[in-house]
Amino acid sequence: MFILMAMRSISRTALRDIALVCVADAIVGASFGAIAVSGGFDPWVPVVMSLIVFAGGAQFAAIGIVMGGGGAVAAVATGLVLNARLLPFGFAVADTVKGRLYGAQLITDETVAFALKGRDARERHDYFWVSGLALFAAWNVSVVVGALAGTFIGDTDALGLDAMFPAVLLALIMPALSDRGVRMPVLAGGAIALAASTVLPAGVPVLLSLLGLLARPKEA
Amino acid sequence: MDMPIVAIAVLAAGTLAFRLAGPLFRDRVRIPPRLEDLLSLAALVLLFALVVTSSFAGWARPGGVLVAGVLAIRKAPFPVIVIAAAATTATLRLIGLP
Repeated sequence: MFILMAMRSISRTALRDIALVCVADAIVGASFGAIAVSGGFDPWVPVVMSLIVFAGGAQFAAIGIVMGGGGAVAAVATGLVLNARLLPFGFAVADTVKGRLYGAQLITDETVAFALKGRDARERHDYFWVSGLALFAAWNVSVVVGALAGTFIGDTDALGLDAMFPAVLLALIMPALSDRGVRMPVLAGGAIALAASTVLPAGVPVLLSLLGLLARPKEA
Repeated sequence: MDMPIVAIAVLAAGTLAFRLAGPLFRDRVRIPPRLEDLLSLAALVLLFALVVTSSFAGWARPGGVLVAGVLAIRKAPFPVIVIAAAATTATLRLIGLP
């Protein structure tokens, strides 16, 4: 079992960090399952999606767009644009994944961040695989738990659960917004999407927000 | 709520392609750093647009999202942010706001 050997070589601190991220992601995963089911999806939808897509942002985006009345095409397109950022990640951890290509499914923001913390090839390999398998388990189990919990919730509007979806996303992206180079295009995109949502069908305004990228400050 | 299995499968297949490109083609292709930055920025722009477009319905929901935003700026823990948003929206509905 290569994964047990990898775990033994990882420092205590790194294992603790990985465990913390697992807990955080499990909370997000449980919210995803609960929001999807309380929003009207059958429980298998969030569960299957988590297993085969395994990318939180895209999963939230896809169900959020459909819940908002958008079509499946807009949902898939948005999810794919979101996941295009995984392309450079794949190049960053290519050596680590090469021998076992199924490891590519474990490429996420978190696992790549962990892998890049490694000081040499061996450490990068261990960090990637341990965090990847742990997060895959934590994410999928928590989505099932959340989806089941969602089926027991009666009046979701009375509980304010519809505010949870935007709140989750906001909490996830807020740290990145402290950078001005990020904030400008993000706010511009938000304004474009909001304006477009008054005239265009749901789902399209979100994609149009990409025009906000033109508001990037010029590089020095 | 309609989310065809085909749509989920297409999203999964496309995502896997993005993930596999690096391990498969690394020796032949290089990703320019500018493209890398642009892709992660695009992800943030889309997520924020989702926040904005899914927030505005009545008064109670934007109220909850606003509270979430303030708490996020103040670096409150994730569960606190999400629960406060739901609690605010629920309370506003309880006192009769749509």
